[in-house]
Amino acid sequence: MDDVALILDSAARLSALLLFAALGELVAERAGTLNISVEAMLLGSAFSGALGSWLAGSALAGLATAILCGLLIASVQALLSHRLAVDQFITGLSLNLLALGVTSFLFASFDMDSESMGTFRVPLLADLPLVGDALFDQSWLFYLLYPLVPCTWWLLYRTRWGLQVRSVGENPESCEVTGIDVKKRRRQAISWCGLMCGLGGAYLSVGLIGSFTPNMTAGRGFIAIAAVIFGRWTIRGTVAACIVFGGTDALRLALPALGFELTPQLLIAAPYLLALVAMLLIRPGRQGPAALGRGYTEFA
Amino acid sequence: MSAAADVAPVDEATPGDSGALARRARWSDAGLFAVLLALALLLALALASALLAVADASPATVFDAIIDGSLGSAPALATTLNHTSLILVVAAGTCIAFRAGMVNIGQEGQLSIGGLTATAVALGLPFAGPWAVVIILLAGAAGGAIWAVAPAFLRFRRGVSEVVTTLLLNFVAFQAVSYAVNQPRLLQEDVRADSVTAPSPQSNRLPDDDMLPALSSGTGYRLHVGIVIAVVLALAVGFLIRRTTLGFRLRVFGFNPRAARRLDVKPGVMGGGALIASAAFAGLAGAVLLTGVTMRLQGGFSSGVYGSFSNNFGWEGLVVALVATYDPVYAIPVGFLFGALRAGSGALTATGISPTIAAVVQALVLIAVTVPALLIVQRRRRREVQALRRERI
Repeated sequence: MDDVALILDSAARLSALLLFAALGELVAERAGTLNISVEAMLLGSAFSGALGSWLAGSALAGLATAILCGLLIASVQALLSHRLAVDQFITGLSLNLLALGVTSFLFASFDMDSESMGTFRVPLLADLPLVGDALFDQSWLFYLLYPLVPCTWWLLYRTRWGLQVRSVGENPESCEVTGIDVKKRRRQAISWCGLMCGLGGAYLSVGLIGSFTPNMTAGRGFIAIAAVIFGRWTIRGTVAACIVFGGTDALRLALPALGFELTPQLLIAAPYLLALVAMLLIRPGRQGPAALGRGYTEFA
Repeated sequence: MSAAADVAPVDEATPGDSGALARRARWSDAGLFAVLLALALLLALALASALLAVADASPATVFDAIIDGSLGSAPALATTLNHTSLILVVAAGTCIAFRAGMVNIGQEGQLSIGGLTATAVALGLPFAGPWAVVIILLAGAAGGAIWAVAPAFLRFRRGVSEVVTTLLLNFVAFQAVSYAVNQPRLLQEDVRADSVTAPSPQSNRLPDDDMLPALSSGTGYRLHVGIVIAVVLALAVGFLIRRTTLGFRLRVFGFNPRAARRLDVKPGVMGGGALIASAAFAGLAGAVLLTGVTMRLQGGFSSGVYGSFSNNFGWEGLVVALVATYDPVYAIPVGFLFGALRAGSGALTATGISPTIAAVVQALVLIAVTVPALLIVQRRRRREVQALRRERI
């Protein structure tokens, strides 16, 4: 029983990290950007969160620097891919390379001693059996997700901005004729992704671990992309996918310690395989936003 | 932007001296491009230096060490050329895919699977020697190609973006390699029964006769023929793309698939074929890495790129193809530059500087090279739009 609660606890932490990144990535993808620099945003803000909390001596400062770094990387991606029309994958690729290089390099040059964010135990709710610890005894940042999920939904489906973002990802040509600034909406969607990844990075380095290690995201940004795909580009699906993928990650980490033999490779590859299978099964023509991954040049 | 010359290129269709004006505008574009490129590269260099300064390292020392470690001695040059060969093979293949409009970003995985199949074939062959090497290289290419069949199928039968599938299959490939070298019944090395150490996550060593022949070797270095293979392949692909009908059809398909249909180009065959061919090149690079350098398959237990068998060569090949604007002939010098950067940064460890600075420089160079070309394109486009507006008025 205790083991189950423990695994659930670890699954909740890992899912939360994925969810921060995936909520951002979802909005960026709905606007038409297959934003592979989500990995760079996560890693960069994890590092700058640790750096900020070390320099200022407070976890909150770390959160602020992490968000700033997420937004900075997002603005570079947005500037290059939706102002200068550099191919978005080239941009993402170079940003991933850059983030990995810069953070590993700076990490090797500093001797950081980062702060860690405290946890908060929600009274009463945390005493629920099994899921209490997992859902209501976590780092402060974790609780942001409870409002953030409905917020993202509201933003995407109940605001004019969200409607325009979704349209821009489906049919940018019509949007331009209607008078929507296609590239601007896409840049804004990427900024939202940067903000979310800033929170996610801070959650990882300052909230969960309290320090930075090189390549500490270990491809979680890519798993977030897989989660958005597996979730068929909807909020509900994305949340479910993050929980499933976080859960498999937690199982992979926990099962050997509990004495189970397993092939970790299959569990590591599971999110990617599931996303691929999902794409194989979805009806053609409903493969996500129609303009996903295509750059856009205005008529005039 | 005021003079009439600025709008001249649009009037190319009209007879008279506008041709000369257009030519002059093109030349001014080329000049501006050179200036912008130089500025961008300088900015990239300045940023890298600033980063080094933050880490209390002298940029001059670091750049000296990189040059010394990549070109300064025979072993250094051999390492550079060995790196170059892998990067260039991947880059040449990548050019095929991108010219056909296929965004293949799965080189890391295709290279790993190429290494995997090459190892399996090499250890299974009953003989060793030059013919075995040929078979192993082909097996690597076949392995890489197989890894792109699913993306090609999904792209042309189900309409799934090949970007996503090739990207995701990278991580599946790393785990496939890791699985193979962790399972004794698959490729994990055999240890003697009396050995006290557990078997490592790596395959048996290939027979010595399966080593890629050396062009030159000495104490501490061995330059294999990979670089010859790579340059020949790059030139061949360059010829194919520029000078043959197939290459023409490939480029048309990449520019405008709808127009290509008029040439009777079948999207699945051309696009899928280009994707699979590019993956075969990456797989071949995996086999070259195996027979030229490592001589055994190693698979880290990581979910990231570092620590995998492909060891970042796939990404670097992709980056080189991008920097070389998908032209395999340009990829030869660019590939050499990146090979040298990699060899030189490997030598940095001795100076106490983290070799990760190489990734930073590569990324900055990539951005610095792509941006100026686009600025030019945008400027030209803006001028065209202005001219169109003027006509309408």
